[in-house]
Amino acid sequence: MQHLDELIATAIKAIETVTDAAELDQIRVEYLGKKGIMTEQMKLLGSLPNDQKPAAGQAINQAKQAIQQALSQRKSSIELAALNEKLAAEKIDVSLPGRANLPGNIHPVTRTIDRICEFFGELGFEVKTGPEVEDDYHNFDALNIPAHHPARADHDTFYFNPKLVLRTQTSGVQIRTMEVEKPPIRIISPGRVYRNDYDQTHTPMFHQVEGLLVTENASFAELKGILHDFLRNFFEEDLQVRFRPSYFPFTEPSAEVDVLGKNGWLEILGCGMVHPNVLKSVGIDPEVYSGFAFGIGVERLTMLRYGVNDLRSFFENDLRFLKQFK
Amino acid sequence: MKFSESWLREWVNPAIDTDALSEQITMAGLEVDGVEPVAKSFTNVVVGHVVECGKHPEADKLQVTKIDVGDAELIDIVCGAANCRQGLKVAVAKVGAVLPGDFKIKKAKLRGQPSMGMLCSLSELGMAESADGILELPSDAPIGTCVREYLALEDVTIDVDLTPNRADCLGIKGLAREVGVLNNLDVTVPSWQEAPVTIEDSRDVELVNPEACPRYLGRVIKGINLAAETPLWMVEKLRRCGVRSIDPVVDITNFVLLEFGHPMHAFDLAKIDGGIKVRLANEGESLTLLDGNEVELNNETLVIADNSKALAMAGIFGGLDSGVTSETADIFLESAFFAPLAITGRARHYGLHTDASHRYERGVDPELQAQAMSRATALIADICGGEVGPVVEAVSEAHLPKPTQITLRRAKLDKIIGIHINDQTVGEILGRLGFSVEEQGSDWLVSTPTYRFDMAIEEDLIEEVARVFGYNSIPNKAPIGDLSMATHHEAKLPLARLRDTLVGLDYQEAITYSFVDPSRQALLFPESDPLILPNPISTEMSAMRVSLWTGLLDAVAYNQSRQQNRVRLFESGLRFTKDESAENGVLQQPMLAGVITGKAHDEHWDLPSRPADFFDLKGDLEAILELTVDRDRFSFEPTEHSALHPGQAAAIYRDGVLVGFIGAIHPQFEKKLGLNGRTIVFELELDKVVNRQLPAAKPVSKYPANSRDIALVVEETVESGKIIKFIQKIGGNQLVGVNLFDVYQGKGIEEGFKSLAINLVLQDTARTLEEKEIADAVESIVVAVKSEFNASLRD
Repeated sequence: MQHLDELIATAIKAIETVTDAAELDQIRVEYLGKKGIMTEQMKLLGSLPNDQKPAAGQAINQAKQAIQQALSQRKSSIELAALNEKLAAEKIDVSLPGRANLPGNIHPVTRTIDRICEFFGELGFEVKTGPEVEDDYHNFDALNIPAHHPARADHDTFYFNPKLVLRTQTSGVQIRTMEVEKPPIRIISPGRVYRNDYDQTHTPMFHQVEGLLVTENASFAELKGILHDFLRNFFEEDLQVRFRPSYFPFTEPSAEVDVLGKNGWLEILGCGMVHPNVLKSVGIDPEVYSGFAFGIGVERLTMLRYGVNDLRSFFENDLRFLKQFK
Repeated sequence: MKFSESWLREWVNPAIDTDALSEQITMAGLEVDGVEPVAKSFTNVVVGHVVECGKHPEADKLQVTKIDVGDAELIDIVCGAANCRQGLKVAVAKVGAVLPGDFKIKKAKLRGQPSMGMLCSLSELGMAESADGILELPSDAPIGTCVREYLALEDVTIDVDLTPNRADCLGIKGLAREVGVLNNLDVTVPSWQEAPVTIEDSRDVELVNPEACPRYLGRVIKGINLAAETPLWMVEKLRRCGVRSIDPVVDITNFVLLEFGHPMHAFDLAKIDGGIKVRLANEGESLTLLDGNEVELNNETLVIADNSKALAMAGIFGGLDSGVTSETADIFLESAFFAPLAITGRARHYGLHTDASHRYERGVDPELQAQAMSRATALIADICGGEVGPVVEAVSEAHLPKPTQITLRRAKLDKIIGIHINDQTVGEILGRLGFSVEEQGSDWLVSTPTYRFDMAIEEDLIEEVARVFGYNSIPNKAPIGDLSMATHHEAKLPLARLRDTLVGLDYQEAITYSFVDPSRQALLFPESDPLILPNPISTEMSAMRVSLWTGLLDAVAYNQSRQQNRVRLFESGLRFTKDESAENGVLQQPMLAGVITGKAHDEHWDLPSRPADFFDLKGDLEAILELTVDRDRFSFEPTEHSALHPGQAAAIYRDGVLVGFIGAIHPQFEKKLGLNGRTIVFELELDKVVNRQLPAAKPVSKYPANSRDIALVVEETVESGKIIKFIQKIGGNQLVGVNLFDVYQGKGIEEGFKSLAINLVLQDTARTLEEKEIADAVESIVVAVKSEFNASLRD
């Protein structure tokens, strides 16, 4: 069967030289088609003596299989080459920027307010807001700051008229809340406040977060505990904290809270036990209930937390500043 | 209040250094604001005696001196000070001395004359900003003594920021008492010799308004010498407390003010017509104050008057006409108690704030007047001489503050502080504070001294106990409370969700001032009548905003002038409009506003570079509205708005209610507002957009959706949005989607018309739609649109 071996060798040689699928198919037809070389070989079987037929038939089948296998292999490799070529053509520079716009940022002051509200929210403090143009009753009188009290002069108040002001503190929200709600009360009230003062360390508008808790057993020790926890969470550091006696007309005892920074103690917030006159002014019996309140300076905390050194930059809205707060 | 540490230590001298003392009083509630040395450092300056003093042969303004500094030989010094004269005791910086500012004194020759040192002024010793001439030391100053030692300059000025309740510490006496309490030390009151009464002269004093002035002490002192020098020790004490020396009488009243915290006043006796009347001013009565300003008094102002006129504003400021001058020989000295309520607010009403008003409106010890009078009289007699008359005291005991008795309950103390401080400690603290204490069962009956006029209620005592015990000795406790859940409303979209969405869309959140420039605001909102601050920081910050746009546009201009050309900002906050029906006549509405300008995208390798336009912002706005679930219920309708481009402005409605505006800033304002290029803004009333519907889920149809496109030609003035809304309205239940996907004008479309390509999606929830049903549905939509909008199908 010298002849068949030669056929196979010729076929495989042809198969291995083609490079595209169409040519390969022509070879398939040439050998394995209905009128192909191998079909012709099968026809020749009839002319052989019967005893030789099985062996010859088997040899032809083996030859067909060999050619078929070569064809399949070649087909796969041509397809793979085509795929690889396509993939190579589709290669992109993955380091180029994508098309979507990148997100912007929340203002750092809002970010701090959000964090504060979240921390106290977890303890059941409800967020309340109040008007910024406020009457002198809610901003002063109800907070135990009667007309002519020296503390009024200290506030650098923006007056519209003697009865109407831009609120100097968020504490008025305490009054507005207690006027309509009965203890237990737990609220937190962020917002803008205003003082007529403008220099390196003062802007005429800034932000405070007011906190108020009124229960039957609120104490100064609890106030210390909650603010200590808050500051440790806010700065995520075991900062040194100290409570320094101070004076606010609407709390007694009153304290200012300092944290130890790189350059010494920094005042962070004011707080105290709600003054009995304040409770009385909203119809809460100070013999039954006690409360504590605190007012947090948002800008100061934000400056410490993120290393901002100029208070005024918060309100210039320079994009190069704002975009840093990822 | 500024005070000299060494002066304080004359009264009470705890064994702690300056730092510890500052820390201690800060932690007691008297916050130390600053500690400054009373003189900068210098060396080798000694007391000298000017033995010879003559004119410099070569220079008119210089003098040549020989100075005795206690060495074997006199030293030659050339001095330029006019007050340098023979016999004077001076501060001599010897060769080798180093003065403040690292100024080294060397041998020198001045215009040919040798000079072996320098005669120093206060400013050269770092004890004053400026000085007239060299420092003149007392004639008994020992020659050769180190000046630092002689003047006791190893001292500091401590500045305490006192809270309004601690007026008792507005003098050395009160501070010393406080330091005594903190260190458990006794306080030494300095002693002085009472000045003997040698004349009978006096003036009657009448308390016309005893509720305002329940005690007034006055005395005549005749024949004083106002040319006398205030002794250096007093000048130095005053200086270290931040007070300048004026003349001996003023210096002495200031000295007593600082020492006891008690204001005093001296009148020129010759200017007083008859007796003293302490009365309220007559409305419109005029008075010329010591500073030369004439004020018209109101009838709430207490004055010191004589028989014919007001002499001084009581407890606030003296009068010019009755003031002590260099001509004065006889004085009338006042030491009075004025009720805080009679003084408070009055000084401010006249634009004044004086050391006296500061103390009287906070409170002065009502028992201190005689002591202050005695002290001041003794000092005047000592320094200025004169004949002293008797003290005339007018008093209304009924109007003097009553001694206060307060019960401190153990239960209340424990409840407010939150821990139990034992009886012995509480008793000790109250006792050290000068309170007399009577134990009543587990409680204390506390009588407070007159100098602690801030003690009125139980909480005042609780604070004192906590303060002296030490706030930082009180443990931190976790609050105990009820675990009650607050009410939550899912249908109310939180502001944070809107903010986060805008941030996701490449906006930076801005915070701008609530007050803006009224002229810039009036450009945009000429019809508005904003609230105006009568006393603003500046005119540019005087109008309350009626919209957030003014501030945001300022921020845009700020950034554009700093090469930041692509700006995308938003802000949330209140706007303020006058409204009689609102609380206090001001409607304060939370708003959400945004602005974009510059390129639509940052320059990008694959995106076409184009300026941002109306539809960029509208798309972002729709993303926010989409959060409320029912964007379809919003409509954008062309509008006219004073701030906006007439062809690119829309009013935004929700269910027919106006909720905001969007549009391009009118080009005529761009230059005036400092804007560079097209700027698009929006503003929403938050309360009107944040309520959303809770989802009411419907089953998803299992049957195929059928998509059909139609192209309608309408006049170009027809609003596309109206057509879409119309189709949605009439399309029936099976119409589940309407999408405008192309707008075309140009070839093939008649001038003045536009072609709208709209995709319709039809689907039923219960069955597959037949082709004919679909065709009929589309046809009926087309027919309706044709008649409603005079539309035709595009060929």
